[in-house]
Amino acid sequence: MAVQTATTTQRPKEVHGMNDRVRRLREESLNTQPRIYMERAVLETEAYEKYEGTVSVPELRALTLLHYFSHKTISISRGELIVGEKGDGPQSSPTFPELCCHTLEDMHVMNDRELINFTVTQEDLKIQEEKIIPFWEKRSIRRRILDNMSDEWKTAYECGIFTEFMEQRGPGHTVGSEKIYLKGFREYQQDIHKAMEALDVLHDPNALRRREQLKAMDTACEAVIVLGQRYAALAREMAETETDPQWKADLLKIAENCDVVPAHKPQTFHQALQMYWFVHLAVTSELNPWDSYSPGRLDQHVYPFYRRDTEAGILTREGALELLECLWVKFNNQPAPPKVGITLKESGTYTDFANINTGGIAPDGTNGVNEVSYLILDCMDDMKLLQPSSNVQISRKTPQKFLLRACEISRKGWGQPAFYNTEAIVQELLAAGKTLEDARRGGTSGCVETGAFGNEAYILTGYFNLPKILELTLYNGYDHVAHKQLGLQLGNAEDFHSYEELLEAFHKQIDYFLDIKVKGSNIIEKIYAEYMPVPFLSVITNDCISKGMDYNAGGARYNTSYIQGVGIGTVTDCLSAIKYQVFDQKHFTLPELTDAMLHDFEGQPRMLKLVQEHSPKYGNDDDYADDIMKSVFTYYQKAVTGRPNMRGGMYRVNMLPTTCHVYFGEVMLASANGRRAHKPVSEGISPEKGADTNGPTAVVKSCAKMDHLQTGGTLLNQKFTPSVVAGEQGLQQMANLIRAYFAMDGHHIQFNVIDRQTLLDAQAHPEEYKDLIVRVAGYSDHFRNLSRALQDEIIARTEQSFS
Amino acid sequence: MPSVIDIQKYSIHDGDGIRTSIFFKGCPLRCAWCHNPESQQKKPELLWNREKCTGCGWCAEICPQKTIIMEHGVPLLDRERCTGCGNCVIECLESARSLSGEYKTVRQLLEAGEKDQIFYEESGGGVTLSGGEVMAIQPFEEIVELCRGFFEKGISVFIDTSGFAPWERFDSILPYVTAFLYDIKAMDPETHKKWVGVDNKLILDNLRKLSAAGGDIRLRLPLISGINDSREQIEAVLKLLQGGIHVRKIHLLPYHDIGKNKYARLGREYNEAALAPPTPEHLEELAEILRQTGVPVVMGG
Repeated sequence: MAVQTATTTQRPKEVHGMNDRVRRLREESLNTQPRIYMERAVLETEAYEKYEGTVSVPELRALTLLHYFSHKTISISRGELIVGEKGDGPQSSPTFPELCCHTLEDMHVMNDRELINFTVTQEDLKIQEEKIIPFWEKRSIRRRILDNMSDEWKTAYECGIFTEFMEQRGPGHTVGSEKIYLKGFREYQQDIHKAMEALDVLHDPNALRRREQLKAMDTACEAVIVLGQRYAALAREMAETETDPQWKADLLKIAENCDVVPAHKPQTFHQALQMYWFVHLAVTSELNPWDSYSPGRLDQHVYPFYRRDTEAGILTREGALELLECLWVKFNNQPAPPKVGITLKESGTYTDFANINTGGIAPDGTNGVNEVSYLILDCMDDMKLLQPSSNVQISRKTPQKFLLRACEISRKGWGQPAFYNTEAIVQELLAAGKTLEDARRGGTSGCVETGAFGNEAYILTGYFNLPKILELTLYNGYDHVAHKQLGLQLGNAEDFHSYEELLEAFHKQIDYFLDIKVKGSNIIEKIYAEYMPVPFLSVITNDCISKGMDYNAGGARYNTSYIQGVGIGTVTDCLSAIKYQVFDQKHFTLPELTDAMLHDFEGQPRMLKLVQEHSPKYGNDDDYADDIMKSVFTYYQKAVTGRPNMRGGMYRVNMLPTTCHVYFGEVMLASANGRRAHKPVSEGISPEKGADTNGPTAVVKSCAKMDHLQTGGTLLNQKFTPSVVAGEQGLQQMANLIRAYFAMDGHHIQFNVIDRQTLLDAQAHPEEYKDLIVRVAGYSDHFRNLSRALQDEIIARTEQSFS
Repeated sequence: MPSVIDIQKYSIHDGDGIRTSIFFKGCPLRCAWCHNPESQQKKPELLWNREKCTGCGWCAEICPQKTIIMEHGVPLLDRERCTGCGNCVIECLESARSLSGEYKTVRQLLEAGEKDQIFYEESGGGVTLSGGEVMAIQPFEEIVELCRGFFEKGISVFIDTSGFAPWERFDSILPYVTAFLYDIKAMDPETHKKWVGVDNKLILDNLRKLSAAGGDIRLRLPLISGINDSREQIEAVLKLLQGGIHVRKIHLLPYHDIGKNKYARLGREYNEAALAPPTPEHLEELAEILRQTGVPVVMGG
């Protein structure tokens, strides 16, 4: 057997690992079946019955949160050091009937579906039927949105041209700043009172609205303070009867912490983490915002506490790690509230995308990596939890050791951490009009979305199906899947006599559907501004208090709306195949091609092979295809960027799919690049599956030809087999690949280190894995090109590639 | 114009950093254990993958030279007359055909190597010229031009060679080359002749001269059990090195059989039975001998 790698040195392994407490909590989090928690809906209905009509809408929302936090069931799990659950325990998810009032059928589907299911009991169904549906059915935001959308919008939405984020969940993608570590909610209330006193009722026609909003913010602060007090009381009560001295002491410590936070600013590292967690609970209980809420630059925010406590001798490195791990469990305990319909298709996951950015730079521009940054890496490595999404920001100033440690975790193949480019993020934010300091405090949340943490409401409005729009362009705007006329009638395949004519029609269709999408989003923004304010989130987002304006109405310092382009790889390869095969090589005509696409290339193996294997493809550092990618991207980006939104900001693009590329593929015919009917389109800015055949440097070079700095984030998924990144060489070069991509302004890269199962699948379906490179013995090769016996051998050794 | 089998990017085990390896086609040696048999002939060669072929006969029908005939559902190729036009590669619906080797101009190779410069600079990498045997490419002036071209762009060049070429060629590229990955396949001349096909005198002479000229040498020893892995052979390497040859690193490359199905695709026989890697214990023993040089000894790469 050949020796695999030239490993000359072995780096010493860091000593860490979960202790028993954390292991138990982690097990509990992983082994608990997600379930529906009806208490929130019930208490919310009570609050509405009590207050609706007697107070303003913002006050009603704040009183609802106060009522909920005053009466909801609270509990403390044995052993936990950070307390608070959204529901009544791990994996229990409240519902939000004010946004989306589930039908009984929805509830059955949630319970019965094979993936992303939630247990729904008979009792839950009874409550839903008797109390929730009668009250909320006609009041939900979802209903209000659908009532206000045009027919064009509804048809395009139903046919998968775009999705709508706000249809079941509220605006969000929001990330906290360091303020909550410097200020308790009693102090926030003082700020609010001052802002109320400063209102200019003599001149300001909006003074009353501002006062209502500020009163609501004041009540929202009270709500989270009440929750803290209740946890302090519960911990004390439990401690009284507790006989285990360790747990008793822990409970008293919890009580002590909850006496301080969230009412007052945290005094210790432990309290700082607990403060964050109360804020997280309040934001995600107040409403169901997309991508929950994120601590953002956690390492920088809590480092001062870590330093103070360790210097004072009241905290050890191990103790700090244990607390971080307890916080990690808390994130993992909260599944994203149940989604249905298209929303589930575009985001089919329990993950709620709380995203932690570690590393990067400090607000003064210096290296931001500190001791807590390394602790967070250890924590990720120990916990291997899908939530929170744990990521690193890499800047030119980031120490190589930090990058290598992050690579070491990433190459274990479970997808975290992903890598973000600090310099790109800062420039993206500057290009969008942020100040330099706000830009440096920023980062990415959700998947890859750029934002000015603590200062910005950057709201994702929905995915936009670029390959489907090209498909419609080829058939005179007619959708042969839904059998409906969706787009403009600009001609059929035989009417396009040049590539340029086709491209021009494609551009017109993009504009047409963007207009429909943006009109819808503008109305939806207004609906949220008027009917679904979020006073708590407004308290902690900078400038909402001083402006007396809600987060959902444009109160934040910056207000961006993103439209996420999907399928750039697929659409590029389609245009490339058309340009090359039809107009350059004249191997067949455009009508012949569109006819073959209608029949999923049945009976056209030669044509299929020509478009699949002998046309230039994006992802190979080939300018023929990459120039097409640039032209499509630039058109889309310019068509979106600068359109005004309804909150005083503007629309911008980002390029990511979550799971929407699967759904967007489902609604499509076969496409011109040989992608078969109803198969997924490409994800993020990654090349189409199987299209990149020249290795990772070619992929990242192709991707870097897109102007990332004009976006609010792009997503690149790079696949590797474990052996390519194994050993010291593999690790070093993985780090160098990241540095080079970031030097070219790439926004984000994540590594998918291929496991055995994938290799087995690749063996069964080689056509889908043409890009899969495996390390063989002293060299690398494409997996599909290896003999069956050698493939077997590689599969057999894959799982041993990491010691 | 040189014929190239493959340009492999993100090559991280052939020299320092992230490299692009250019594999030239054509080799004067015939090592029995060669795992790249398609690199031996200079002209482009057609490969045929038995596992993918359905025996449909389409390739025979569309071949412009009519060099393929079907026999019992198997396409037989007249390799003498095949021009390597590649028509059947595009037409074969099962992708059972591929072409090994494509003529490239120096300019094309420079442009290909230049594409990943940003990665070389980030990682301390560059271009590796490999093969086949890059030092046997004719006219060799093109290789000199290529090396100088990379050098002038600030791109490091590694040469992966068996050493079997006139010394003047080494001398002519020395100013532009960062390092040589240099093979010794056997110390004993008879063994060398029997298993490699040529005498090793030229190879060893060139090694001495290269060392004397200050070349950065990474020595590579392919090891095949019972053929060139005896203690005596390796002690002879030690003695050679101790006699004043300076190398930066010694790589031990134990035999592997991953090239064996390529022989079938070329329609050639492979003497599998005679070939096996040394045992791990024996490898360690050999490594121990070579460590007496004081030079790092590494497995693989």
